[in-house]
Amino acid sequence: MSKTLTIDGKPIPFEEGQTIIEAATAAGVYIPHLCHHPDFTPHGSCKLCNVKVNGRTCSACTFPAAEGQDVINNSKELNDDRQKVTQMLFVESNHLCPGCEKSGNCQLQAVAYHLNMLDNHFPHFYPKREMDASHHDVLIDHNRCIFCTLCVRASQQKDGKDVFAISGRGINKRIIANAQSGLLKDTDLEATDAAAHICPTGAILIKRTGYQIPIGERIYDHQDIDEVSLVTEHSENGR
Amino acid sequence: MLNNKMKEIIYGLSKKYDHRSSHLLQILRDIQAEFHYVPKDAIELLAGLLHIPRTRIIAVVEFYSFLHLTPRGRYELLISDSITDHMLGKVDLMNYLSNRLTIAVGKVREDGLVSLDNTSCTGLCDQGPAGLINGYPLTNLNRERIDIIVDLINRQKPLTEWAESLFLVNDNLIKSGLLLDRPITQGEGLSASFKRGLKETLVEINSSGLRGRGGAGYSTGWKWHLCYEGPEEEAFCDINTQKQLQRYVICNADEGEPGTFKDRVLLNSYSHQVFEGMTICAAITGATQGFMYLRGEYLFLYNKLQTILSERRQAGLLGNSILDQNFNFDIEIHLGAGAYICGEESALIESLEGKPGIPRNRPPYPVTQGYLGKPTVVNNVETFLAAAAIAVNGGEWFAKVGTEKSKGTKILSISGDCKRPGIYEYPFGTPVQDILKDCGASDVLGLQIGGPSGTFISNQEFGRKLAFEDLATGGSFIVFNNTRNILDVVYNFTHFFAHESCGFCTPCRVGTSLLKKQVDKIVNGHGSAGDVVALEELCQIVKKQSHCGLGQTAANPVLTTLERYPELYQSKLKKISYEPGFDLDAALDTARRMANRNDKAAHLAQIGEDHE
Repeated sequence: MSKTLTIDGKPIPFEEGQTIIEAATAAGVYIPHLCHHPDFTPHGSCKLCNVKVNGRTCSACTFPAAEGQDVINNSKELNDDRQKVTQMLFVESNHLCPGCEKSGNCQLQAVAYHLNMLDNHFPHFYPKREMDASHHDVLIDHNRCIFCTLCVRASQQKDGKDVFAISGRGINKRIIANAQSGLLKDTDLEATDAAAHICPTGAILIKRTGYQIPIGERIYDHQDIDEVSLVTEHSENGR
Repeated sequence: MLNNKMKEIIYGLSKKYDHRSSHLLQILRDIQAEFHYVPKDAIELLAGLLHIPRTRIIAVVEFYSFLHLTPRGRYELLISDSITDHMLGKVDLMNYLSNRLTIAVGKVREDGLVSLDNTSCTGLCDQGPAGLINGYPLTNLNRERIDIIVDLINRQKPLTEWAESLFLVNDNLIKSGLLLDRPITQGEGLSASFKRGLKETLVEINSSGLRGRGGAGYSTGWKWHLCYEGPEEEAFCDINTQKQLQRYVICNADEGEPGTFKDRVLLNSYSHQVFEGMTICAAITGATQGFMYLRGEYLFLYNKLQTILSERRQAGLLGNSILDQNFNFDIEIHLGAGAYICGEESALIESLEGKPGIPRNRPPYPVTQGYLGKPTVVNNVETFLAAAAIAVNGGEWFAKVGTEKSKGTKILSISGDCKRPGIYEYPFGTPVQDILKDCGASDVLGLQIGGPSGTFISNQEFGRKLAFEDLATGGSFIVFNNTRNILDVVYNFTHFFAHESCGFCTPCRVGTSLLKKQVDKIVNGHGSAGDVVALEELCQIVKKQSHCGLGQTAANPVLTTLERYPELYQSKLKKISYEPGFDLDAALDTARRMANRNDKAAHLAQIGEDHE
């Protein structure tokens, strides 16, 4: 017998061991998120998936589903805060969509569309960030990193490597590459690695593949991220 | 490149900790002390010795304020930036010091001899302005003392040759009560516990009503009980299996809340009793290993605490077969390295494991999955102190003092504008006005209770009581008189949180820095209509959406003062509807120089017409 919780009043079945977001995705309910990916251990840092569980704020990607939970997800209050959190991600780094190769395929941009974000609201930090284009096939543009750690996790959990890590504290966080020189070219990263493709923004890009699909014909140019996410992240076994 | 001698040193330091990666932070502290930075080649060498990626070492170095990737001076001088130091003239002293040393704050002098920087509260608010030199405290700083220190540095005198008076730290224990009046004798709590029975002793801890003294106030007895039970699958296993399961007891001595220094005194003068409380907890929960996580600022207590631990081993109160019982337990001391967040229990555990102090996702809670994934009790220094006394005197002795929901006494660190700063012990339920009288505070504007993460109360609220039901506090109690400007306090606290945010979650990482920008804007007189509303809106998001207690309380300095003094914030706003975020006229400067113009028409007004 599967157990049940409710999200916005709708009964959602779940299995023991599932998180709230896993149960929601399996049942076709989208909860906005950026650092969560069903293939990797939950991280819980972007805080876009914050929901109210029995009145208490919890991250849906890390919080275990339990019988009888009353979850609020799609409320104006939560979506307003999610919009502000997304705006924080935009002003913290240098996200200039019109000049970014990822535009249209970018999950940060897509979540911003979904949450009807029309401006950046907060003052920009304009941090000075570097680009590492030393690698033959992959480049990293630190201006677009949102510290979701998906590349860190993908490298460890899927590629069996340890190419990336997050270093620094507070607003001075940065992603570092595991090489004595600190350069991507001296790591064992390969263009076929999951870590090279997992970035939800345009921070990690594969070289010589840019603009093969024109802007305007890309994933989120036509579809909302809630539909795309439910299709790509849903799995029959309900993991 | 490292020469052979340096390689030997690093190998030796790593070997001292059996090349265990859980001791990475301890090893890095030693490397920093030796070389005044962590050289790149040391990282490479260490990565090999500890079998961890170099990125993990870099991440740890960059996380902790006391570790550096680039060389600091051979004398690393840090001055405490706590509001209490400011109130004692820190800014003026820092300028004087900077001039005398001929270096700017945040820099290393060209000859490499000395570096100067700010540091978060050093826990010496009762004898500030204070600082740290190569990790050791300097107290009661004034110009005369600075002259002496500068001279000693310039003459390159080793610290061992400096006058002891420079490093003197007083307890300043002014008012003792239930706990501090009569410390237990060595072994008294353990003997009483074994005599009464361990289960029965847990009953006493429960009936005492003791709640965690770090500020959150979780029931101590219940926490110990949950740790003993462990995760669900262990809770129902048979008693023999239960006894073989690894458990840990951790004493949180990472007292980082600005304005708190009571643990410094407890560890200096009552550490036997604190260790005894830990040992009783271990006996009850079945732990065999304990840790004390001592904040890096209290390095000066480290040797003394080690001596006490040796004494206890010799007295049969630690080690194997404690008091001839079938009970083995020992305690290891780990030092922090300048990170306020490590006072949060799960961040503290991460730090103990040799990682950056980033709070974990919960559940699971440390009582079921803590240090190395095993059931772990984390309690405050004062909690263990109280537990040891309860083991001797019984639950009733403690529970008859205090209020309904807050039993016993609370030890306060009182500083700021009062005649007698220091340590005071009060029964819960004591009104604020009695405390103010005792410490000799007059002409009081308000108080910060519980440090920056706590609450500000105005002089209209001195009838309020010290208790979890009313004013909960970890012990920080800062008095401000009527000459103080509340916005200076808010400014200092807001900068503190931005500096100490671990950066894990978006709302706190970005939010605390945005709060800093917004408070700066208003305090510096650049705010205009709408900026206070924007500030409050930002506060709510940071408070509601952040991952841990740091972010959830980082907006408290603004929220608690905005609630009480809205007119103060409004009075700082310009009477215009909007001010651009950058200087329009300055932006035209290059163009003016290129056009060789400086007439009136080549300038732009920064703002439109005033409304008035």
